[in-house]
Amino acid sequence: MHSLTAENLTELKLKANDVRQGIIRSLLAAGSGHSAGPLDMSDVFTALYGHLMRHDPSNPQWPERDRLLLSCGHIAPVRYSAMANFGYFPVEELLTLRKFGSRLQGHPERVSLPSVETTSGPLGEGLAQGVGMALGAKMDGKDFHVWVVTSDAEHQCGLHWEAVLTGAKFKLNNLTAIVDRNFIQIDGSTEDVMPLEPFAQKYRAFNWEVFECDGNDIAEFIATAERARSYKGKPQVIIANTIPGKGVSYMEGDYLWHGKPPNAAQADEALRELAAERERILAHE
Amino acid sequence: MSSGTPVLDAAAQRMHLADYRAADLKLVPTRNGFGEGLIEAGSRSRDVLGICADLSESTRFEGFKKAYPEQYIEIGVSEQMLVAMAGGLAAVGKIPWIASYAMFNPGRSWEQVRTIMALNETNVKIAGAHAGVSVGPDGATHQAIEDIAIMRVIPHMTVVVPCDSVQTKKAAIALSEMWGPVYLRFGREKSAVITTDETPFEIGKAQILREGNDVAIIACGILVYNSLVAADRLSAQHGIECRVVNNHTVKPMDEAAVVDAARSCGSIVTVEEHQRQAGMGSRVAEILAQHHPVPIEFIGVDDRFGQSGDPFELVEYYGMGADSIVEAARRAHSRKK
Repeated sequence: MHSLTAENLTELKLKANDVRQGIIRSLLAAGSGHSAGPLDMSDVFTALYGHLMRHDPSNPQWPERDRLLLSCGHIAPVRYSAMANFGYFPVEELLTLRKFGSRLQGHPERVSLPSVETTSGPLGEGLAQGVGMALGAKMDGKDFHVWVVTSDAEHQCGLHWEAVLTGAKFKLNNLTAIVDRNFIQIDGSTEDVMPLEPFAQKYRAFNWEVFECDGNDIAEFIATAERARSYKGKPQVIIANTIPGKGVSYMEGDYLWHGKPPNAAQADEALRELAAERERILAHE
Repeated sequence: MSSGTPVLDAAAQRMHLADYRAADLKLVPTRNGFGEGLIEAGSRSRDVLGICADLSESTRFEGFKKAYPEQYIEIGVSEQMLVAMAGGLAAVGKIPWIASYAMFNPGRSWEQVRTIMALNETNVKIAGAHAGVSVGPDGATHQAIEDIAIMRVIPHMTVVVPCDSVQTKKAAIALSEMWGPVYLRFGREKSAVITTDETPFEIGKAQILREGNDVAIIACGILVYNSLVAADRLSAQHGIECRVVNNHTVKPMDEAAVVDAARSCGSIVTVEEHQRQAGMGSRVAEILAQHHPVPIEFIGVDDRFGQSGDPFELVEYYGMGADSIVEAARRAHSRKK
């Protein structure tokens, strides 16, 4: 069960498609950057900005806004594209990604773009900051929610687990971690590089409430996140199972697309596929 | 006033110093000053927090914890978490002080300090306790003598090393009320209290504690006292009159005071309980190499690690005692053209 209507869902699917197109265009313009993660998290970011979060693009520093932290800063193109497509800045600005003087730094920087909430890139640090924000909210009696998007591979960092311990100690039910469980990292499969399974059991053992879902199914993710957000007494983690490179057939499931951008021909092909997908979404409604 | 000692000179009077030559000079750990300052800062603002990584007694968090339990957070042995969590708390309006031994924070947490505190420009305050070899018996693993170097190199960071417990208290209050990332460094052992409640304190403003025109001794931390003792010996035994500068703010350093010391005295000795490389003295040398080159001698640990021992035995052994400062000043003086 979720709070979506059929019309909402179609709108969100179209938005996710826009977000993916923005990712491809910005990566092509940048000539460097990560492809697979941003594409596979497009549905999650669309659900967050388009439905789940309390926020106001015309007032990005609204004190009561939900906080969204991107711990794995290298998938910044999905956040930038989602922010542009939901009204934080013009979509054309996406083409400045990674360029001199741009607010869209290779990894997000709060000082140049305050609505990214924090500076990130060095892995394993986002949840710890989210713990601080969630605890600060409780101290001041504020009711905003803190969402932290993490990669699966950054669960190899010690600091992340210090944050998991601390979130449990303070029973931060206003904190939800979302894991992009795509099983890839720069050097290959997470389970070859440094095994993370049994993933959910680790969080349960640390006294978090664990939810799992298809991170590329917007309706299922929203339903899961709404259940997580309303959970009392514990912080929650949503293990969002995703397909790396989702939406671009030749990238899907291939870890080699973790850390590189498409060239011009590859970008054309990706944008053709995404345009065709857009037609299918409209035809189904 | 003890018999036979000179009265405090005009500079010392201007600075309202204690009679540092008195036989009954008070000895108080600088960390006590931090504890007192934090309580005062906590009373002035409910947003001031203390976050502790399992060292509440030795970092002197205990009084704050008792006075303001709702402003105190204990997170166990996790120094990277200290910095990152404090970044999150600062992002929602808090003024978090995070305290551990300097060796672990910022020693262990340096990348988080750089990214989350400095690049991200957050209002997080680090208290680095147990700095220097004067930690004593705990040995080299717990003696931070590289921390000034790793903190002064970070953009936006303010680095303060007060000379005694009274000044550490003032620094803790002033840094709480100043916006921005800061590092306050202090020590474990009882050390001479040379300033008083009336002594002025301003972040970024070095203090002349003693006048003299032959050599300027520019010092920070608890070795400011050794510098004053050395200056008296240099005057009495060698006829060398030293200006003694308490250079408590390592970053941003009071460049005018450093250049003025070089112009007035013509030679410099820097004194710090830290590696000679890349510390306070190195910053003095950078400033003078550019603006007014004069002979400089450096007092500090000479590219070695510490070890277990009595705190002040170690200070002497590593060449930071008053006699070592006397010899360095004589060398600096003899190198003047």
